[in-house]
Amino acid sequence: MTLLLQYTLIFASVLMLVALGGCFAEHSGVINLGLEGIMVIGALGGALVMRYMPADTSALVMVLTVMLGAICFGVIYASLLGVACINFKADQTIVGTALNMLGTAGATVLVKAINTAANPNDVSSVIQYVGAKKNFLVNIGGFEFNWFMLIAVIALVIAYVVLYKTKFGLRLMACGEHPQAADSVGINVYKMRWCGVLISGVYGGLGGITYILAGVSEWKFENGVAGFGFLALAVMIFGQWKPTRIALAALLFGLFRALSNVYMGFDFLYSLNIPSTVYNMMPYIVSLVVLAFTSKSSRAPKAEGIPYDKGQR
Amino acid sequence: MKKNIFKNPAVQAFIASLICIVLGLLIGYIVLLFINPSGAGEAIVAVVKNFLNSSRSNLRLKNFGNTLVKTAPLLMCSLSVLFAYKVGLFNIGAAGQFVVGSCACLISSLGWGWSWLPCLLFTILVGAAYGAIVGLLKSYCNVNEVISGIMLNWIGLYTTNMILNTVKEPTSPYTLHMATEAPQAILPSLGLGELFSGNKYVTIAIPLAVILAVVIMVLLDKTKLGYELKATGNNKNAAKYAGMAEKRNIILTLAIAGALAALGGAFLYQTDYEQWSVTQSSVPGMGFNGIAAAFLGGLHPVGAIFSSYFIQHITNGGAYVDLTKYSSQISDLISSLIIYLCGFVLFIKYAMNKSIAKREEKQAQKAKLASDTEKGGDGK
Repeated sequence: MTLLLQYTLIFASVLMLVALGGCFAEHSGVINLGLEGIMVIGALGGALVMRYMPADTSALVMVLTVMLGAICFGVIYASLLGVACINFKADQTIVGTALNMLGTAGATVLVKAINTAANPNDVSSVIQYVGAKKNFLVNIGGFEFNWFMLIAVIALVIAYVVLYKTKFGLRLMACGEHPQAADSVGINVYKMRWCGVLISGVYGGLGGITYILAGVSEWKFENGVAGFGFLALAVMIFGQWKPTRIALAALLFGLFRALSNVYMGFDFLYSLNIPSTVYNMMPYIVSLVVLAFTSKSSRAPKAEGIPYDKGQR
Repeated sequence: MKKNIFKNPAVQAFIASLICIVLGLLIGYIVLLFINPSGAGEAIVAVVKNFLNSSRSNLRLKNFGNTLVKTAPLLMCSLSVLFAYKVGLFNIGAAGQFVVGSCACLISSLGWGWSWLPCLLFTILVGAAYGAIVGLLKSYCNVNEVISGIMLNWIGLYTTNMILNTVKEPTSPYTLHMATEAPQAILPSLGLGELFSGNKYVTIAIPLAVILAVVIMVLLDKTKLGYELKATGNNKNAAKYAGMAEKRNIILTLAIAGALAALGGAFLYQTDYEQWSVTQSSVPGMGFNGIAAAFLGGLHPVGAIFSSYFIQHITNGGAYVDLTKYSSQISDLISSLIIYLCGFVLFIKYAMNKSIAKREEKQAQKAKLASDTEKGGDGK
């Protein structure tokens, strides 16, 4: 049971972080389909820090530098989306898809190159971080508390406050609803959209490193992040682009994702004798069903996906 | 006045794609320089040369055949993507439709012993049904086709692994060899293999894929159905107002797109070129590369034929790089860079039109100036 709770919370943290990232980008008016790629690159940034930091680094420094690495990589990668979609008015769907492919391909090439340089016989795309991982975990009576769970909660509070309680957040959302009107009162729409995309890079990168730290202690970058970025998008839509609802949706999806990891531990689930692939499919099926029932009354930002053209009225 | 050929949209699309390719290769080269500066040039040349790397001519021909064998499914996936895109839908689900197509042809041939034509027809049906799910969700429940497509990609992958588990080799995670276990399901070669120095994987799949590209072009440009579908894509509400069944059109589009991508699966696995691994945990890249090919081909079926070949050419070329220095994924890297750059195509065309307009304006001004001075001369 504690295991189920633990996995639910960590997966929910991942989904929440990434979905909040998507939320910022979409409220500014840019559809960020590249979240999956941003997660991979963010995870790469964090994993590289763990690989190169000396093993005797104190836990606090380790956690902070890993976070910093993931955020930096995520933000830099998200700026590729920003350049194409905001400044060059590219189709956001194509660029997002390209970023997803580029993320996995780029990370694989880079990690393989690093591995082969260290050992000519090693052609795998795996980074190991067994030792470094311990810095993120606190064992409380069998429950492995991961610092990223706390970070996810803090990120949620920040997202809520920034979006609804600050001038910046309200302006950001205005750019996603009616950019022309926002521009007419002196808000720089391009700048706001850049902010939205870069913040989604921060959140996406953090989500990526959280994901590869959940459960395993090595990561094969060829596999990317197994559609988690897209699940996060489903969480965001289910959460109707509102941070608090996104948190609840993330918990629900996290639960289903966790079940596929730990269903063996439950006697009654195990005795049902359902193949494990069914549990693997669960989060996707659930999100499809949920979307089918909730998409009718969508509260999506009205101007999302449409490049802003200053000359257009 | 002579018409400027750079104003022709087809020429513009071609130039834009070429720019994407060149820039993609250039950035790929720079990445390689960072990884290992000593062999970067050779590696890029190896990727671009692909089968020309082989020293013997019959081997070269055979490897050319292998590239074509994998081009056929890629072309089907890119047709699926571009067909849906013409109707205003982004069919990222092509990857999943390719997967269920592979599943349908493998289970009907290896499991049930059907021969090749029924297998193909069954694959088309399954693919159309799978695509139609996305269409139904889109038209009746307003679910974004990108999100539902992605979810169905994963659902399709896991279902396929589960189903094909029944027809796999006992000692490996791969499905049975079709050539030995179900030879009746192998697509006929009609002697095409002989053209590629006896490449047994070359079948009618290759000409069939090209024919289907032409069919799609005719369907989109010359038929009433194609017109209606495109009208629905341009403005759903206007199409409805004009008396078109907009819901039916969306579902039909995605069903056709699904069938096309699924056929890609049959075109690959019914040659026995590859076996399906039931333990694979990520959706095969074929469908995603189809997106690349569709956009690189300027979203035109004929363009897609060439761009699919090009993408497959460099993907196969990845196998020829010096593996002690680089990984074969650099070709994935280059093709994803090319798609990213395809996002800028609109901008490239805009820039081209602008520079043409500027030049024409200048010429017109010059001509005006010249005629003005002439007139002035007359006045004296």
